[in-house]
Amino acid sequence: MTYKELTCIRCPLGCIMQVAIEGDEIKEVKGNTCKRGDDYARKEITNPMRIVTSTIEIDGTDDMMLSVKTEKDIPKEKIMDCMKVLKGIKVSLPVHIGDVIIENVAGTGVSIIATKTIEVEKI
Amino acid sequence: MKTFELVIIGGGPAGLAAAVSAKENGIKDILVLERDKELGGILNQCIHNGFGLHTFKEELTGPEYAAKYIAMAKQQEIECWLNTMVIDVTKEKVITLVGREKGLLEIKARAIILAMGCRERARGALNIPGFRPAGIFSAGTAQRLVNIEGYMPGKEVVILGSGDIGLIMARRMTLEGADVKVVAEIMPYSGGLKRNIVQCLDDFDIPLRLSHTIIDIDGKERIKGVTLAAVGKDGKPVKGTEEYISCDTLLLSVGLIPENELSQGMGVHMNTITGGPLVDESLETNIEGVFACGNVLHVHDLVDFVSEEAAAAGRNAAHYLIEKPIQLVAESGVRYTVPNVICPEKMAEKLTVRFRVDNIYKDCYISVYGDGQRLSRKKKQIVLPGEMEEIILKKEDIQLAKRPKKIVLKIEEAD
Amino acid sequence: MYDVVIIGAGVVGSAIARELSRYQLNICVVEKEEDVCSGTSKANSAIVHSGVDAKAGTLKAKLNLQGSQMMESLSAELDIPYKKNGSLIVCTSEENLPRLDELMERGKENGIAGLRILNREEALSMESNIADGVIAALYAPTGAIICPFELTLGLAENAVMNGVRLKLNTCVNDIQKRADGFLIITQNETIKSRMVVNAAGVYSAEIHNMVSEIKYAIQARRGNYCLLDKSAGNHVKKTIFQLPDQMGKGVLVTPTVHGNLLIGPTAVDIDDKEGVNTTREELDYLTGRAALGVKNIPMRQVITSFAGLRAHDASDDFIIKEAKDVKGFIDTVGIESPGLSSAPAIGAMVADMVCDTLNPEAKTDFVANRKGTTKLSELSFAEQKELINKNRAYGNIICRCETISEGEILDAIHRPLGAKSIDGIKRRTRAGMGRCQSGFCLPRVMEILKRELSLSMFDISKAGGESKIVCNHNKDNL
Repeated sequence: MTYKELTCIRCPLGCIMQVAIEGDEIKEVKGNTCKRGDDYARKEITNPMRIVTSTIEIDGTDDMMLSVKTEKDIPKEKIMDCMKVLKGIKVSLPVHIGDVIIENVAGTGVSIIATKTIEVEKI
Repeated sequence: MKTFELVIIGGGPAGLAAAVSAKENGIKDILVLERDKELGGILNQCIHNGFGLHTFKEELTGPEYAAKYIAMAKQQEIECWLNTMVIDVTKEKVITLVGREKGLLEIKARAIILAMGCRERARGALNIPGFRPAGIFSAGTAQRLVNIEGYMPGKEVVILGSGDIGLIMARRMTLEGADVKVVAEIMPYSGGLKRNIVQCLDDFDIPLRLSHTIIDIDGKERIKGVTLAAVGKDGKPVKGTEEYISCDTLLLSVGLIPENELSQGMGVHMNTITGGPLVDESLETNIEGVFACGNVLHVHDLVDFVSEEAAAAGRNAAHYLIEKPIQLVAESGVRYTVPNVICPEKMAEKLTVRFRVDNIYKDCYISVYGDGQRLSRKKKQIVLPGEMEEIILKKEDIQLAKRPKKIVLKIEEAD
Repeated sequence: MYDVVIIGAGVVGSAIARELSRYQLNICVVEKEEDVCSGTSKANSAIVHSGVDAKAGTLKAKLNLQGSQMMESLSAELDIPYKKNGSLIVCTSEENLPRLDELMERGKENGIAGLRILNREEALSMESNIADGVIAALYAPTGAIICPFELTLGLAENAVMNGVRLKLNTCVNDIQKRADGFLIITQNETIKSRMVVNAAGVYSAEIHNMVSEIKYAIQARRGNYCLLDKSAGNHVKKTIFQLPDQMGKGVLVTPTVHGNLLIGPTAVDIDDKEGVNTTREELDYLTGRAALGVKNIPMRQVITSFAGLRAHDASDDFIIKEAKDVKGFIDTVGIESPGLSSAPAIGAMVADMVCDTLNPEAKTDFVANRKGTTKLSELSFAEQKELINKNRAYGNIICRCETISEGEILDAIHRPLGAKSIDGIKRRTRAGMGRCQSGFCLPRVMEILKRELSLSMFDISKAGGESKIVCNHNKDNL
């Protein structure tokens, strides 16, 4: 049996959890304050996921960026691939919060969506 | 000079939440003053997530959180002046503001909510010795350049300070292609949320050096490197622990200072520990009708608590403004009323208003009007001067947004 | 072919240029940095010394007094912030009292007006924050404070207004004497001139040695300073000196003409002529020394610290004369303190020397007055309103700490000798000199520079050269 300690990132409490692992199986999660923590610990050990936030260039201007995020969390190891996909993408205005900018980023099945509304007059 | 009921200085998360709350609590005449070209304050550049877990039960990015409050303010038709900077406020609540559109203007307020946020401590305040090359930024300034304008301050980064802004920028710079070499923190513990250590440093293998500080800066035109040293229990660098780290960028996340120049200028008493105003349970400062909330009051970690605090300030400012009693006026056949003034905030759900008429009236209505709008009427076959009459006033008809300036009780002919 | 080339656009070079621009002469100033006022002139105590402590009979004594007498009217002509706040030289021990008396005598000999020795009570009534150890002080009412950036800019702009040519980013690599004058070889071009004036600050020996066989050596002497927030600006009203020693005037505590409090300088001899760094030892030294003269200095209000180099000559005096073995080559070498105070007088003295050789006609159209940038924060409410109504750019506040408007920044960029860098704007407008040290205004100032000078963001620098602010777009290095 091996034990791994991790800090939950689901909310600002940051509970420190101990996960007991035998072979490939998670035997027990201790130290969490809620179910989300338990879910996080299990996921983090087997397949850590993250939400990625970044910015994308806007067509027509070079001093304003559009803030974006992955609609759901994606595998941690795909973070930099995701960033590389965002490179070179230019979005046209207008854009609204929630608009899908890229579908299935880096083969994760998750979309990149806008987190800000910018109308055309802004530039 | 135009007078506003409530002026809110700052259109960031605190100002917006306070405005919305004040409106919901009955203040119609609100003005929000914002120096930037858009509302949202610092949230506009906080493109990461982690906001809104308490307020909206979902995890939002800064701009999304701001958008929700901006939508509320729009929906409530709250007047906001953008590109407008307040340069002075007096204790008589005269506000001097300046902007491209508005020019230079003085306005008066019956109540003020201070929501100016905070600024970052700079290198100079830490007195880090060395050269003064380009490439040294406070983390927030770097955040603005990267997130709003899309420019990278550098490629090889050292960060001093493990508060949340430093940690967030460690991740941000890495995601955008920079090499963040180390985050140094003078205290033996990190100043930021534990989740940020995981998702900003651990995720990217960025080393965190606790009990370390920067003792020298190298590079004449552009920064070339910094000298790190461990600090002892006395906070002083330990000889022999110096380590030179080459870099082309230094980000400083070394403290936030509430921006209270305006508050001090008007005579608000300050709390020397928080750097913000001293306030009572209503978040009111020593100056009557002046309230404070958000980072200008004390530096927060979660914007959700800012919104909560600001909502309280808005509510309390509303109560302050509103507690003027409403005149109850007898007209057209009504000789007098008891009571003659009403404070809806203080009354019970129902209030009995007793009155006498000045003559005999048959087939009439006893009507109650609030600012010209009829609130209720009671049909009477006959009313006599010798008999005391009564009507019931309901609190829900005259409070909050419905609060009239004047209530009239009169006899009207039945139609 | 120029009549005169002046090497160095610091306060001395600019003062000389301005004086010479009164005459019908073809003058060029060459400056190796990207802006005037980039060397010693931008990092000093900003004091116009009364002249009391210069050794009698020296050039320092003579020119300090003259400069101090000229400075008030010069400041009026060139619209330079100047204030005659007076100075106190404090004495903290009985055994040093004779030195205070000596200083008083020296001052009288030098011709300084109004000197008086004060006892502790008198000093205390003038300055309530005088240190407890102070037992007496020498009061010099003619001491003043000034803005060294505006002084240099004012002189340089006025010179340019009157026809002087200024070449920035032009470093002199060699000078060759010819029969009819000089060839000044810079990295950009070779300039011909009949005469040369050397005003190259810490590099004045190197410049001199390019042509003369009588070699000079200048010691760079570094001084560190701490600048405190304006909220500490009233801590003292006069400039408080401590009795000078062999290394210099000692650490002073002074209000600045803009309302900050300034402490410094240290005096450390160094080899590196670009060694403008502060050090832990020097900053700590300042805090300790300053407290000997002034008590309760609110060191928590420090907003920045900086360093400057002085050009020190072993003779301890200015060297202002024609090189013995090179006719037509005029040196101003070793211009350390009281260099700033003496600058107008040095300008006049060198101009006389040039005129003795070239005998030029005076100009009839010399314009003596120069207006600096209009400072919104210094106007009355009514004046501000009028200005903003006329030009809305003055209503757009860019630097919130110092209340500096876009209008002032535009003026700083578009006037003669306009700013091209962040520091250029800082010195001309004060944007970035406040308590947040450009944390708020940096991106906004960059945006204005980019737009007004049609630059890319990657061209914008702190002070020219390699000091670019941003290096690439997001994700360029992915």
